[in-house]
Amino acid sequence: MNFIKIAVSNHLTMIQIKDLHKSYHMGSNSLHVLKGINFNVQEGELVSIMGSSGSGKSTLLNILGMLDEADQGQYILDNVPIKNLNEKIAAKYRNEFLGFIFQSFNLINYKSALENVSMPLYYKGIKRKDRADRAMHYLEKVGLADWSHHLPSELSGGQKQRVAIARALASDPKVLLADEPTGALDTKTSYEVMELIQGINDEGKTILVVTHEHDIAQMTKRIVNLKDGVIIDDSKVEQVRASQHV
Amino acid sequence: MFDLERWQEIFETLRKNKLRTFLTGLSVFIGIFILVLLLGFSTGISNGVKSQFEQDATNRVSVWTGVTTKGYKGLNPGRYVQLKNSSFEAVEAKYDDYFEYRSKDFMIWGGTVTYNNETGNYRVRGTLPDNQFIENADIGYGRFISQSDLDENKKVAVIGNKMKTDLFKDEDPIDKNIQIFGMNFKVVGVFYDPGGDREESQVYIPVSTAQKVFNAGDNIRNMSFTVKMANNFDEAVAQSTAISEGIEAQIKEMHIVAPDDQSAVRVNNTLEEAKKIYSLVATIQAVFWFVGIGTIIAGIVGVGNIMLIVVKERTKEIGIRKALGALPMSIVGMILQEAVFITMLAGLLGLIVGLGVLEVVGPQIDSDFIRYPQVNFNIALTTVFLLVFAGALAGFIPAYRAAKIKPIVALRDE
Repeated sequence: MNFIKIAVSNHLTMIQIKDLHKSYHMGSNSLHVLKGINFNVQEGELVSIMGSSGSGKSTLLNILGMLDEADQGQYILDNVPIKNLNEKIAAKYRNEFLGFIFQSFNLINYKSALENVSMPLYYKGIKRKDRADRAMHYLEKVGLADWSHHLPSELSGGQKQRVAIARALASDPKVLLADEPTGALDTKTSYEVMELIQGINDEGKTILVVTHEHDIAQMTKRIVNLKDGVIIDDSKVEQVRASQHV
Repeated sequence: MFDLERWQEIFETLRKNKLRTFLTGLSVFIGIFILVLLLGFSTGISNGVKSQFEQDATNRVSVWTGVTTKGYKGLNPGRYVQLKNSSFEAVEAKYDDYFEYRSKDFMIWGGTVTYNNETGNYRVRGTLPDNQFIENADIGYGRFISQSDLDENKKVAVIGNKMKTDLFKDEDPIDKNIQIFGMNFKVVGVFYDPGGDREESQVYIPVSTAQKVFNAGDNIRNMSFTVKMANNFDEAVAQSTAISEGIEAQIKEMHIVAPDDQSAVRVNNTLEEAKKIYSLVATIQAVFWFVGIGTIIAGIVGVGNIMLIVVKERTKEIGIRKALGALPMSIVGMILQEAVFITMLAGLLGLIVGLGVLEVVGPQIDSDFIRYPQVNFNIALTTVFLLVFAGALAGFIPAYRAAKIKPIVALRDE
């Protein structure tokens, strides 16, 4: 149902961020990581967030992913203001709104590919049979249907990341958040993964990618550059199709 | 708890982590198994010791009479209280359930006993067959007084070992005739007594015969009983006090003696020997309980430790699950339910196997000091639940803390 709504209203603002601040306190020292971030993401965008380490890009992504909370500022996700979250509501929003893709894949190592993809559906309260069907659908989508009963240890890095992507997609979230999704992969595999991400974006999914690799950033549609906790550049780019490189 | 999906998830996790499941279960299994064996053998040894020392542990109650010192109901002081067969029968009837052995005695303190040319002065004691057990007399040769001796007023005698040495030297005394005050008695047995020469310098004859040949009518000199062993010393004390006081009151009433007359009727009980045995049994049980409780504590610490490691090992998994939308309480619930399930299953298995081993091995044990090793099922079951509860508690704290960790921190855990 969400899918239909997204397809029809093409210019909905998915993420709105106003004057976002975040500090970390370590003993008496206070580290001001985000110093007033303002940006919006429209539905269906594929945005890369760039910056050197310490620029605050990961912190920003964690706040967007509700894995961390901002000290100050406004964050609206699909018209829902995200603030004063207790653990219960945060867990519900994470499950409904967001799909995560991590640099280190973060698959549960004793569960098969299929079971890993089923996990978000389990927490959504979907029945077992239905879970397996849906999870299989997403594994097919990332081209790993034949590997559904393999454990993560039996898969290559690229395959693991595909499983992770299938898992992120499984609960049909509004936004995919990818934290250095190609950071642990070689160039060829990186491009394959980016090709998959581009394909998902083509279907209308909003995706944010944190990366420090320029070639990866060029494969998105917009690059936001962070330095010392502020956005120094935010511009749309001509998307390079990953398929050209594969 | 009754969520089928949750159980499926837990079984899957347990199946996929066989080694962890096995080790957790094993430590609980062994803890309970050893505890059951320990408790079983402690009961077995208690039973064995009890049965070995039961004779010595029995509380002996004896009733003696003397001369009244107070006038009562028109009777003058200075009157001898004569016990009769009827006194014995009345006491026996009233306390029969508590008594193990009963005896009434009629005795002559210094009796002349002759065999051929040898003569000596010995205590002649008319008694009942039970007296053998009351006095702990061991039969060396022949037999003790029997019921048919009594019924037929036979002139038979069981002599002490000292008497046998004095009168018979190396001769076999069985079936020989001795003269007590000139009357012929046939020797049917020789006894040894742990009391030594003094105790062995006496001759037992049937009490009915004694009353008859010494013209005593139905008079008896004293009576003695043994009271069955109680569960513990306090109970034994309470029981014997009640019985002693009861008998004293009963005899005094029968023989019209003032209730506060101290010397006319005396009831003694010997709990000294019994006390040693009771304290031995209590010590054995205390030692086993000490070791048992130690085992349980070790088990609890073990389960707690495993839970800590399990939670630590799964921190990252917890982070992943939270990022995918798991509620903190569902994480805690998952870990606890797993822990409780394994400890309960392994604990009950340990209980059953332990009971089974006791059941099979118990009867095979051929030792006087171990008898019927068995376990109080309720105690064992309580222990299992205690262990499960402690394991759950030990698991709850780290699980709760892990569930509180921000997912981003948990995900960074390597």
